[in-house]
Amino acid sequence: MKTVTLTLNKQPELYLECNDITPDAFAGKTPAEIAAIEIWEGKQKIPLGDFFTVEGSAGATPAETKIVVAGDCTRVKRIGQQMTDGEIVIESDVDMYIGGWMKGGTIHVKGNADSFCGIGMEGGELIIDGDAGHHVGAAPRGEWRGMKGGVIRIGGNVGNDTATFINGGTIVIGGDADIHISTHGEGGTVIVKGNAKGRVGGQMVKGEIYVFGTIENPLPGFKKIETVERDVEGVQAQFDHFIGDLGERHPKSKGQPVYAHLYVKA
Amino acid sequence: MPKKIENVGCPYCGVCCDDLVVTVSDDGRKVLEVENACAIGNEIFQHASSEGRISLPRLRQPDGTYKDISYDEAVDYAARVLIKAKKPLIFGFGSTNCEGMAAAAKVAEKAGAVLDNCASICHGSSFLAIFDNGYPSCTLGETKNRADVIVYWGSNPAHAHPRHMSRYSIFPRGFFTGKGHKGRKIIVIDPRYTDTARVADIYVQVKQGQDYDLFNAFRTVIRGEDIPDEVAGVKKEQILQVAEILKKARFGTIFYGMGLCHSDGRNHNVDIAISMTRDLNDFTKWTIMAMRGHYNIAGPGVVWAWTTGYPYCIDMSKKDRAYMNPGETSSVDLAMRDEVDAFFNVGTDAGAHFPIEAVKHLKKHPWITIDPNICMASEISDLHIPVGIVGVEVPGIVYRMDNVPIQYRQVLNPPDGVISDEELFERIHQRISEIEAEEGITQTSAAAAGTQTSFVGE
Amino acid sequence: MSEIIIKNGFVFDPLQGIRGDKVDIAIKDGKIVETTALTNPKTIDAAGMTVMAGGVDIHSHVVGPKVNTGRLFRPEEKLFQNIKKTGSRMEMGTSIPSVYKTGYDYARMGYSYVNEAAMPPLHSPHVHEEIRDTPIIDISAMPVFGNNWFSLEYLKNNEIENNAAYTAWLLRATRGFGIKIVNPGGSEAWGWGLNCANIHEPVPYFDVTPAQIITGSIETNEYLGLPHSIHIHPNNLGNPGNYVDTLETLKLAEGYTAKNAFGRTQVMHLTHLQFHAYGGEGFNFESKVPEIMDYVNSHDNITVDIGQVTLDETTTMTADGPFEHHLRAVNNLKWANVDVELETAAGVVPFVYSANNKANAVQWAIGLEIGLLAKDPMRTYITTDHPNAGPFTRYPRVIKWLMSQAAREAQMDAFKHRDKVIDVTNIAGIDRELTLYEIAQMTRAGTAKALGIADMYGGLAPGMDADVAIYNLNAESMPSDAEEIEKAFSRCAYMLKDGIVAVKDGEIVAEPAKRTIWVDVKVPENAQVNRDIYEHFLKHYSLKLENYSLFEEHLHNPRVIEVNAAE
Repeated sequence: MKTVTLTLNKQPELYLECNDITPDAFAGKTPAEIAAIEIWEGKQKIPLGDFFTVEGSAGATPAETKIVVAGDCTRVKRIGQQMTDGEIVIESDVDMYIGGWMKGGTIHVKGNADSFCGIGMEGGELIIDGDAGHHVGAAPRGEWRGMKGGVIRIGGNVGNDTATFINGGTIVIGGDADIHISTHGEGGTVIVKGNAKGRVGGQMVKGEIYVFGTIENPLPGFKKIETVERDVEGVQAQFDHFIGDLGERHPKSKGQPVYAHLYVKA
Repeated sequence: MPKKIENVGCPYCGVCCDDLVVTVSDDGRKVLEVENACAIGNEIFQHASSEGRISLPRLRQPDGTYKDISYDEAVDYAARVLIKAKKPLIFGFGSTNCEGMAAAAKVAEKAGAVLDNCASICHGSSFLAIFDNGYPSCTLGETKNRADVIVYWGSNPAHAHPRHMSRYSIFPRGFFTGKGHKGRKIIVIDPRYTDTARVADIYVQVKQGQDYDLFNAFRTVIRGEDIPDEVAGVKKEQILQVAEILKKARFGTIFYGMGLCHSDGRNHNVDIAISMTRDLNDFTKWTIMAMRGHYNIAGPGVVWAWTTGYPYCIDMSKKDRAYMNPGETSSVDLAMRDEVDAFFNVGTDAGAHFPIEAVKHLKKHPWITIDPNICMASEISDLHIPVGIVGVEVPGIVYRMDNVPIQYRQVLNPPDGVISDEELFERIHQRISEIEAEEGITQTSAAAAGTQTSFVGE
Repeated sequence: MSEIIIKNGFVFDPLQGIRGDKVDIAIKDGKIVETTALTNPKTIDAAGMTVMAGGVDIHSHVVGPKVNTGRLFRPEEKLFQNIKKTGSRMEMGTSIPSVYKTGYDYARMGYSYVNEAAMPPLHSPHVHEEIRDTPIIDISAMPVFGNNWFSLEYLKNNEIENNAAYTAWLLRATRGFGIKIVNPGGSEAWGWGLNCANIHEPVPYFDVTPAQIITGSIETNEYLGLPHSIHIHPNNLGNPGNYVDTLETLKLAEGYTAKNAFGRTQVMHLTHLQFHAYGGEGFNFESKVPEIMDYVNSHDNITVDIGQVTLDETTTMTADGPFEHHLRAVNNLKWANVDVELETAAGVVPFVYSANNKANAVQWAIGLEIGLLAKDPMRTYITTDHPNAGPFTRYPRVIKWLMSQAAREAQMDAFKHRDKVIDVTNIAGIDRELTLYEIAQMTRAGTAKALGIADMYGGLAPGMDADVAIYNLNAESMPSDAEEIEKAFSRCAYMLKDGIVAVKDGEIVAEPAKRTIWVDVKVPENAQVNRDIYEHFLKHYSLKLENYSLFEEHLHNPRVIEVNAAE
């Protein structure tokens, strides 16, 4: 694994869109070639080197390439978009779409991430040490085929609309979640270590949600059926097991309806 | 001789009454009388011929005052602002005709601007729900001719859409609804006991911000499952009673408004309303409709969809392609995040309707207002360009709240020299081309990001 | 004055019976002329290439409210769109392209005329706004009649003259082209959440059967002598076993002959036949194409188009409201519906056709069987019912499949359920490969004739519009690799519209003005119909009669076809 270090050396007037800061785009390139990769500020196309110093070197393949992004990236969007392999470490807070549509590899954000991180994710691992904004691991607008795979770990709290239309993969939230978790979900798992505000599993067809804390406003469409013992994220505990959303359609398997499952720590 | 003009469309709300009779003075300069309109519609016509209309663009001077300039100068100024800005925002279109919107889209594409309309701060959440869940709807005449159950949810037409109930929903006698009001059940669901609720057969008082939970309860009982004794402040008995009425209707329409779009969850409230409408169609016929605000605020969504594929929040900064993601490319978010560097306020008043922080950010950059009237936005602008009032001085097509196109007429002449939105945007487009040619600016080509999606020649 | 001569190409013009001969095509002032009429022409050397008239699409959904609903509610299909701008406007959308992409892509394929297959009359100003903004191609739009309250009432009582007077009025009000019928009676029944499952099931309240609506409409059409025949999407679309309803519908045309001054010979055009040729039941459905095509082949007064499934993700949209409601329950995807007062309905649902799905693969085979079992390519046309069975941009691929057995076999080998598909269809046993002449019949000559516009479009005879497509295909030495056929038809070497080169080497180089084609019929004054129109607008429409008819200023570059039915 070889490492490229990018350091943001001046702040943009607007925001930078850097969907080519990925191991895929960097692999096999020299620092000069990487510095020539185009990024956008509004309608202007700019070489990456105008805003970032480029040090180190990229590996021959994405898998062999690690990118470290230093400097204050609060006005930088779309790092790691559609990446398939390799590693990205972002040392600061970062703006929207981090790890959007990622298929493989690892992204580690050491600060907070704004909205739409892990949107449309298919695989790989996205770790945010701090808080994340809205639409974590959600589907893009209008898309019914949401998150398909991979893992998202948020250390802190998240905003609303987590995992909308989730179909697969896992999202672990260390803190609290605002309204709407796994809305329209048809698979996958969301684990909230803290509290959930409400609308947990609304219009959900299939999939699982675990809440370690409380749900301030539980939906009427979820019905408690039992209390079970579960090992979740290394924690062994009793959970109240609900099925739902009973207001939503449900497919049948061997004549029996398949529900979404909500587990709330008892 | 005063002239009577019949079948005039009203430039006020999304009801788009097209039965107005307007009497104008001999010289075509003054409205003398407006028949059939509500008080607000009447006022719009009266205002057109009031004193104090401005008839020339006004440019802000270093001392803070406005100075009259020619349209040519204003067009040149606007074109240069658009060329210079890295990401201009063109917002508004609450009171523009479709021809003007089409021309504005052309300018936005050329300038690499973000193009957005008032839905962004109004029924945009309806669009988000439509993207995710569809829109089982109908034209308003269907409701008038067939509906025996009407639901107003989070909307108060008695105030916001004065003739909605009499023209389309509660009172009219239609083909299969000869008994009019007597043959219909009216259900109003709202946290407030509104004037619309006063005419309801059933009023359901939902707890503020818990509409989603109540929809969820309705959907659950419609599927025959049980619910808790009280949901969102509403007793189970009443939920069961209303659900039964919904299921037994012959034809129903849910009209919803800002109560869903602008309370917690926003698009999800509309989304689950659509889900409930889908469910009900397994039993009988149900439709749903957004109570759109301005008379042609449905217009930009329609026109820009055929232009770019997106109804609002359209980021064309890449010029070769458009992108939309409300939450990022929506006007208020762009302004709050300080993500644009020029602002065109068109046929609306962002000065009055945007959060103060957003206005402060926008004010750091060039701000151009295009509007017939003096408003808060025009008073803080760098440039104010007056245009004719659509539906009074400028004819054209507008889209009613049910997306039915209505052809509007001209009843007055605009003040001397004042041009239409369409002409203004066409001239700005022309001027941008001229300046780019003079200065040898070439179109930037887009980076080859993403996937080629043209089927042709694969 | 501009003059062009296209030399050395292999010309295929079925309207003149030219079968690949090397004929010079002369163009002057936007029209085809005799070569002797040219003085100093520019030359286009088409050596080694195929020359045809501009394509004429008889059935496609390209403009109007339901198309636009499809555009609006599918942002996900444009998410990573990135097409380099080459025309004057950006190109957005895939299965439901923006108006600009629609015009450009048709032109790139060498098409110059598209017939929009369903215009809700109430929405005609919207349709005409989109026509205005669609570049290059000429467009006509057919108002939908088969569920219109006026027609239901007149046809119940067999009042053909009244229905004809109303039809003439509506064609003028909407600047429409002809009589479109979608799921006759069924879309009105959908006003109550119901349907008409077959042609004998009466429409609720109106008490008229779909069969009566269809025969009454044929009589109305021939009474008026319109350029096109009735154009019908029959009842019971998409359901296994529906070939019975389709045959019954086709038989309703028996005994009627075409009466018109436009060279049209059919009295019924039945559209997207693929969706209506199913036997069997449930998911075990099977091809009944031989039964249907035997009937079509032996009855000269019928034309059909295919509605070929292209195995893509697409967006279905039809005035068949109950069908879209049914489809939404099949795939559980988002569903838009618009019932239009007194007139029609519409539904829109995304759909993913997959080569891994047996039913979709069977549909694919059924569509191709229709084209391959057609004895008269002048009466069987290539469509995908865009965007329902696939986007129109796949026509080149459909042509490839029809022209190459090897290409069909390659596709079949890619099916997950290949053998099961072969069991319930006839495709594997058909070795026919259509010729370029037959393709020209199915894509321009035949369609132009059926639309009644073969004096202007679809051919290359002197006096006709100089709409010409030149494809990079050597007719004397066709490529052995069928992919080359698809490539050639995708991006033509040249496309001329009214004598102006709009496409060169597959790319847009000019955007000549386009037209709106509509039909203006003179009929005798009819006081009863005038009164009925007045009454329905007074009591039942939600807008004023005076604001319903299209204002002249909203009609763009019209080309009117005049018909006199007053004598």
